[in-house]
Amino acid sequence: MADEKNLFDIEIICPERVFYKGQATMVEFNSTEGELGVYKMHQPTTTVIAPGVVTIHELDGIKKAAVHSGFAEIKPEKVSILAEIAEWPEEIDVERAKAAKDRAEKRLSERAEGTDIIRAEVALKKALVRLETRK
Amino acid sequence: MASMKDIKRRKSSIQSTQQITKAMKLVSTVKLQKAKTHAENANPFFKHMFETVTDILSLSNNISHPYLEGGRSDRAAVVVITSNRGLAGGYNSNIVKMVMAQGFDKEKTDIYAIGGKGRDGLSLKGYTIKADYSEVMEAPTYADAKKICDAILKSFLDGEIGEIYLAYAHFKNTVVNVPTMLKLLPVEFDEKEETDNKALAAPMEYEPDEEEVLNLVIPKYVTSLFYGALVEALASENGARMQAMDSATSNAEEMIDDLSLKYNRARQGAITQELTEIIAGAAAIS
Repeated sequence: MADEKNLFDIEIICPERVFYKGQATMVEFNSTEGELGVYKMHQPTTTVIAPGVVTIHELDGIKKAAVHSGFAEIKPEKVSILAEIAEWPEEIDVERAKAAKDRAEKRLSERAEGTDIIRAEVALKKALVRLETRK
Repeated sequence: MASMKDIKRRKSSIQSTQQITKAMKLVSTVKLQKAKTHAENANPFFKHMFETVTDILSLSNNISHPYLEGGRSDRAAVVVITSNRGLAGGYNSNIVKMVMAQGFDKEKTDIYAIGGKGRDGLSLKGYTIKADYSEVMEAPTYADAKKICDAILKSFLDGEIGEIYLAYAHFKNTVVNVPTMLKLLPVEFDEKEETDNKALAAPMEYEPDEEEVLNLVIPKYVTSLFYGALVEALASENGARMQAMDSATSNAEEMIDDLSLKYNRARQGAITQELTEIIAGAAAIS
């Protein structure tokens, strides 16, 4: 599969920087509808991204990144992912992510008065994605 | 003619002021470079966002969505981005003036102030300051922009405000910034642009559907617009300050030159006078 004819452009853009720009044969990510793998010549689609790991299959290897909240615009020759937060595995602070995970889990299990359940769930999800990317 | 001592004192006071303005100019030059890079980095994200939103809206003309329809309240929110510190020439007062020239009804306008100078200026003129986020201006991040936007969008969806405007100084180049008023919500687009950029062979599909995507994209669009304005305003502020300090420094230079001349003349005068006195005294003795 990995030959040069099947390469297409991938861009991951964050508000503060252009996170990734390059060519790949396939990109995988989570949409709100489920997991998605995109090859070249995909049907033009715009989809909402769910927090998860983006896997970029380049010619000489696989790159992984954590992406939280955003959307992806898929065109036959190009995939653009606009993410509010994106991180490479080496940028992730595992200790902090673990602590955040424990904190969120504790909040969710206790369900104390005045707990913002949605916020805690989002925090838990973010922490889990970070930990998964790091693996 | 002022005495030599007076002139000397005046000159040294101006010299120390000049040192300050010179240092401030250098500091703002560095800050400007930093802010400029930030603004440039934010650009691709915003550009893409804008294209996507226009694409969706051009495809789906008859979507009805609260973000696209205003008028549920006659109150307007104006987010005013200014600086926290002065000494930036007309930078802050130009923005305040522009907001006032828009003809908003003072009773029906909520000001969301970002930057202490704009807040003080507008509250002095009788506008209601609904919220103050001035501390953000020190180092704006996307997370800050998101926090503020979420709060404003919530009041919009709750029907407390019907329109959202954004007032900031658009960064044209290092020496020129233009006070700009932007309508954030309800979203408005040029009809012409919508039809122009339709070059795709197959129509775009939206998952789960247009409305869901729109629901998510528009707040992000507004936030990215807002974030872009924040970083641009920071660049404008430092550009304005750099210029103001530059002209202050050269004005001080001019004054120092003038005073040096005066001082030298006074000194010369004093020497001449002393000489005349000595010669006159010597003549009287002999």
